[in-house]
Amino acid sequence: MKSKLEVKDLCYSYHTLEGETQALSNISFNVKEGEFFVIAGPSGCGKSTLLSLLCGLIEPESGTIAIDGVPGKDSHAVMGYMLQRDHLFEWRTIFDNVSLGLEINHRLDEGSRKELDHMLDTYGLLQFRDAKPAQLSGGMRQRAALIRTLALKPDILLLDEPFSALDYQTRLEVCDDISSIIRTQKKTAILITHDLSEAISVADRILVLSSRPGRVKNVIPVPFSDQCIRPLQRRNAPEFTMYFNQIWKELRDHD
Amino acid sequence: MTEPSLSQQEFLAKEKQHRLQVKICRSMVFVLLLAVWELCAQLGIIDSFIFSSPIKIWGCFLKMAEDGTIFFHTGVTLLETLISFFLVVLIGVAAAVALWASRGLSEVLEPYLVMLNSLPKSALAPLLIVWLGNNMKTVIVAAVSVAVFGSILTLHTGFMQTDPDKIRLIRSLGGTKRDILTKVLIPSSIPLIVSNMKVNVGLCLVGVIIGEFLSARAGLGYLIIYASQVFKMDLLVMSIVILCILSTVLYQVIAESEKRFLQKHR
Repeated sequence: MKSKLEVKDLCYSYHTLEGETQALSNISFNVKEGEFFVIAGPSGCGKSTLLSLLCGLIEPESGTIAIDGVPGKDSHAVMGYMLQRDHLFEWRTIFDNVSLGLEINHRLDEGSRKELDHMLDTYGLLQFRDAKPAQLSGGMRQRAALIRTLALKPDILLLDEPFSALDYQTRLEVCDDISSIIRTQKKTAILITHDLSEAISVADRILVLSSRPGRVKNVIPVPFSDQCIRPLQRRNAPEFTMYFNQIWKELRDHD
Repeated sequence: MTEPSLSQQEFLAKEKQHRLQVKICRSMVFVLLLAVWELCAQLGIIDSFIFSSPIKIWGCFLKMAEDGTIFFHTGVTLLETLISFFLVVLIGVAAAVALWASRGLSEVLEPYLVMLNSLPKSALAPLLIVWLGNNMKTVIVAAVSVAVFGSILTLHTGFMQTDPDKIRLIRSLGGTKRDILTKVLIPSSIPLIVSNMKVNVGLCLVGVIIGEFLSARAGLGYLIIYASQVFKMDLLVMSIVILCILSTVLYQVIAESEKRFLQKHR
């Protein structure tokens, strides 16, 4: 399969009056079309910085990002970014929240409204179309946030610990839910997390980052036998513990 | 609906009784104060020429209500307060947005704003009379100057605390600074703007009275100064009482609209 995303020798530092902090150092990796790629690493290893770079919110100091072989700056590819919390706006209804991206891009018309309604229906939120976010449970809010992201038809989905603000039980359910949606849509997705179990339960491949400055330690494929694709099923598979120990060791090894 | 439990009923009854007691005590304080005042004046313990008395104040009010002069003066003060209030809100929000949009501008202007905010604005009033003349314009500018600088600083501080992740969200959806302003900043700051309005309406009234003290031929502030100069203490105290009522009503109107707004948006 061809590379959807190609990252080469990416470096980034934060500058303050007190000095310079190197966040990322020589990051290189490829993500294939339709792949679920997970970036795992300890807190403060520059994971969020990496996503901001991929999304184009900040410019790399050196190195290149190419989407479908086109450099990031010239690419017209759409990046869908899901943040840690859902950030639904309390003063808007669910429909006005999920249509936010289209509204900003002036693409909200009769057709796209129908499409959004269809998506709300598919993901069981149609009855909450005109409700305020406060009336939704944590899981439903996260679904609404996903619809908001998918509405722009992104080429690549970037997920920045999207489940970390939820309590453990909801988290397992929402993770199962969201990753299944992404799988059925056959989207290329990049998820960052510090939770190894979560990483193994959803990923095709896992990139392990070292602590600051973030460096690529290893990229580990995590194939499972075909019948268990859903994250909750994966957690019970025999391979799960094996991968967990392997990555755990990888993270603890100090170079 | 089921009947509330016995303990719940008991709680509600107790709460109701407590509220009633507070209401009764409040009214009693009011009546007692007036009664003691009137009594002292009648018995000659205080000189009613200097301290006035409730009955004389009421009589003064009735007389001025008959020829309508009191409504005219109250109306003038109310009009000046409302005009300056709307100007303060308008200038405050616009300036705070401008400062938010430009980091350079806010850094350049910050010391000036802080200085103007802490300056006692009554010191400006004589200057304004010379510049603008002895008229309503001076009163309104004086009132605006009292409230506007604090308002700009408060709103700007609030705007700068907008959740950076919400701004990231708009940017990740391809939004510009303008989208951030209209889709996040203004809607999320409305509670702040309204609570700032409550402070502003009081400050505008202060400014209007300062202005009227120095340069006016109408309004409650003018009445107070005039009455003190000709020693009409009934008129003076009555003007203050009306001012009390006016400020309370203005505050309550905004507090009530704040409550309605919050109910609608929660």
